[in-house]
Amino acid sequence: MSAHDPAELAAARPDFAAIAEWIPQGASVLDLGCGDGSLLRFLRDTRKVRGYGVEISDANIVTCIRNNVNVVQGDLDSGLSGFESQSFDYVILSQTLQAIRHTEALVQEILRVGREGIVSFPNFGYWKNRVNILRGNMPVSRELPYQWYDTPNVHLCTLHDFETFCNNRHVAVLDRRVMTGKNEVKLLPNLLGSTAVYRFQRGI
Amino acid sequence: MSASGSIGIVSVQRATFDTPLIFRSGTVLPRYELAYETYGTLNADRSNAILVCHALSGNHHVAGFYADDPKNIGWWDNMVGPGKPIDTDRFFVIGVNSLGGCHGSTGPSSIDPLTGKPYGASFPVVTVEDWVESQARLADLLGIKKFAAVMGGSLGGMQAMQWSLSYPDQVSHVLAIAAAPHLTAENIAFNDVARNAILSDPDFHGGNFYQYGVVPTRGLRLARMLGHITYLSDDAMADKFGRSLRTGELGFTYDIEFEIESYLRYQGDKFAAYFDANTYLLMTKALDYFDPAREFNGNLDKAFAAARADYLVVSFTTDWRFSPGRSREIVQSLLHNRLNVSYAEISSTHGHDSFLMQQEHYHDVMRTYLDRIASEVSV
Repeated sequence: MSAHDPAELAAARPDFAAIAEWIPQGASVLDLGCGDGSLLRFLRDTRKVRGYGVEISDANIVTCIRNNVNVVQGDLDSGLSGFESQSFDYVILSQTLQAIRHTEALVQEILRVGREGIVSFPNFGYWKNRVNILRGNMPVSRELPYQWYDTPNVHLCTLHDFETFCNNRHVAVLDRRVMTGKNEVKLLPNLLGSTAVYRFQRGI
Repeated sequence: MSASGSIGIVSVQRATFDTPLIFRSGTVLPRYELAYETYGTLNADRSNAILVCHALSGNHHVAGFYADDPKNIGWWDNMVGPGKPIDTDRFFVIGVNSLGGCHGSTGPSSIDPLTGKPYGASFPVVTVEDWVESQARLADLLGIKKFAAVMGGSLGGMQAMQWSLSYPDQVSHVLAIAAAPHLTAENIAFNDVARNAILSDPDFHGGNFYQYGVVPTRGLRLARMLGHITYLSDDAMADKFGRSLRTGELGFTYDIEFEIESYLRYQGDKFAAYFDANTYLLMTKALDYFDPAREFNGNLDKAFAAARADYLVVSFTTDWRFSPGRSREIVQSLLHNRLNVSYAEISSTHGHDSFLMQQEHYHDVMRTYLDRIASEVSV
């Protein structure tokens, strides 16, 4: 099986599968911080989306082109001024929220450009992270693979923090999936879930 | 991967077109010739052809060298050749001298059969649209129904874009490198100063200098010196020349003292020795006039509504003549029309000239995109 086999990717990245479940066939998607284009490729193969990625890294631009994924080089911290209002069905920020400097501005930009936003991020409230902190160390794990001194993550949060943020910023959460590995977490998600995916729109 | 070999010895071909070409200006050219070169082999279903359009001072000699002039290497030889990003083992690559040029295609310095004298000032003002029209006839002649790609840098990128607007079904991919959807006022201003240098040279004789046996060298030289400054970046000039003095001492004269002065004058002299002043005027005017949004009240989104091609747009960080922002305008309109587009903003110190340079990441982007095109055509 190739590294881009949809079934294999869905297994390796359960958040991809969760995101795909929300996206109807043929939707238009903008993936912010699209990396090597894996998610867009997955959504194209499984949902036939019309997709574009935004990516800052030179190496990833080349990989996206190799993966036959549309990619626009740009810095998310400069906003989304190159994208028209309400021009995409979904704007996705997958495992990137925690590395964004101007988080609040970007969430507003997501809702300007997209009808709905989808973000996934590592839950800092996951019990293993809490245990690490209790022991006196910053957590290092599959979801948070960096040391404190080399991490790009500047805005880590818990599910509770993110939901409070949405509530205070007129962002209406439409759906939430919390996972640990491949398993969905229903009980005590802020404690037992390692990754969260939210779907939201502009609230009233 | 390092660049591979040269395509080797190449030769110029010529095609004559007897069907009158009606220019955008309304002027008619009853007959014209195009000088072109081809590299690689056209495949059986004629689907692997790539048209390379040149910029202001370029020509049809894109790659390789001539048997009788081995030092005359094509202007994009680092990009085009066997094993290079535009791989001539896989693609059939065409370089064509733009109509109005001075390297073999009919232009102001050619003899007008009606008068027996050079066209001079009577040669029509050419636009990017006119070039695409003339190139489409060459494609017909070569039996190419659809280009795998049309590409170019700067003014060449404008032609590539125009291809997707004039002949949307005859081009699969457009590679617009260091291009812009139209020139800014500042950019037109530079061109106008360059034109004024030529127009005000007493040897210009209203464009008919050929019959006086003179060349407006001073004007052409100034035009090139000015242009050249705008193709470089402040950093590139500082790195290459800084404030170095040729003798190491201030001379308190107006002779050449700083290395940058020496370099610019050398470039100006070299250019004025081979380039035609009227062609320079035409090329700058074609740049100024290019503006596909014009007939849509300035709305570029509407202009690109006709396009069907997939796009690769490339810009360079230190290019201030055709800045990354201008490329992003193109990308935005392509996005608006939901066309497939990828955009790379290459970190480079060489300003507008970067598109001619052999820079690893730039060549990686080009090679990867062209691999994708190759996978779509039977090579």
